[in-house]
Amino acid sequence: MTEVKKIAKLCGAGMLTGAVNGLFGGGGGMIVVPLLQANGRAPLVAHATAILIILPVCLASAAVYLAGGWFDAELFLAVGLGVLAGGAAGANLLGVISPAAATLVFAAVMFAAGVRMIV
Amino acid sequence: MRFLVYLLAGLAGGVLGGMGMGGGCVLIPILTVLCGVPQHMAQSVNLLTFLPMAAVSLHVHAENGLLDTRGVLWMIVPATLLSVLGGLFVQNVSGGALRVGFGVFLCLLSLYQFASGIKGLRAAKAGSRDSGYKAGL
Repeated sequence: MTEVKKIAKLCGAGMLTGAVNGLFGGGGGMIVVPLLQANGRAPLVAHATAILIILPVCLASAAVYLAGGWFDAELFLAVGLGVLAGGAAGANLLGVISPAAATLVFAAVMFAAGVRMIV
Repeated sequence: MRFLVYLLAGLAGGVLGGMGMGGGCVLIPILTVLCGVPQHMAQSVNLLTFLPMAAVSLHVHAENGLLDTRGVLWMIVPATLLSVLGGLFVQNVSGGALRVGFGVFLCLLSLYQFASGIKGLRAAKAGSRDSGYKAGL
């Protein structure tokens, strides 16, 4: 692949990721990881590098939402503490559960939530 | 009481996020469907609460040499621009419409996850068959 084509592909992937992240306030990582893996990165490296890409993107869109007035101190503090504690627990669980099984359970929960939000 | 419910919602989203599965994709529906938080507010919370956890895990990943930064700027710059535009756009979208859009996004994402999960299970099965075959030899 030529250099220009490669760069165009990366930019396109970035634009898709950014649009989703801005519109839905998350989910960018779910798109970046498979894109990075398609780009030839090992799964673990793709997951780690995805965070590096998503962090500035989330920072920028968070600023837009805050400027739009979407802030509630109690809600933010409670959820923030929960996410930090849960995140540590989840990282430790990673070695215990089979990734494929976890993905299927996760997909089922997401599908149910998605249908509930549409109807 | 309100604080405790939100804390539990954060815990559930955090566990999945820590396992490397989009925590926000679960956190946002929990907050809106179960806790009655407006869609825009839930998305704002998800973006902001992601930042400290991401900073910590990024530090760990960097120390473990797991970051591969080749070409990432070509993704980061357009992604940041489009995320600002997307964020500005939805400020004028009603909560109800945004919620439906998010629901459609979740359904599409879950179908993709199903496909890759089944692929993973098949690969694991094929792997164990291979090793069994070798052990049999």
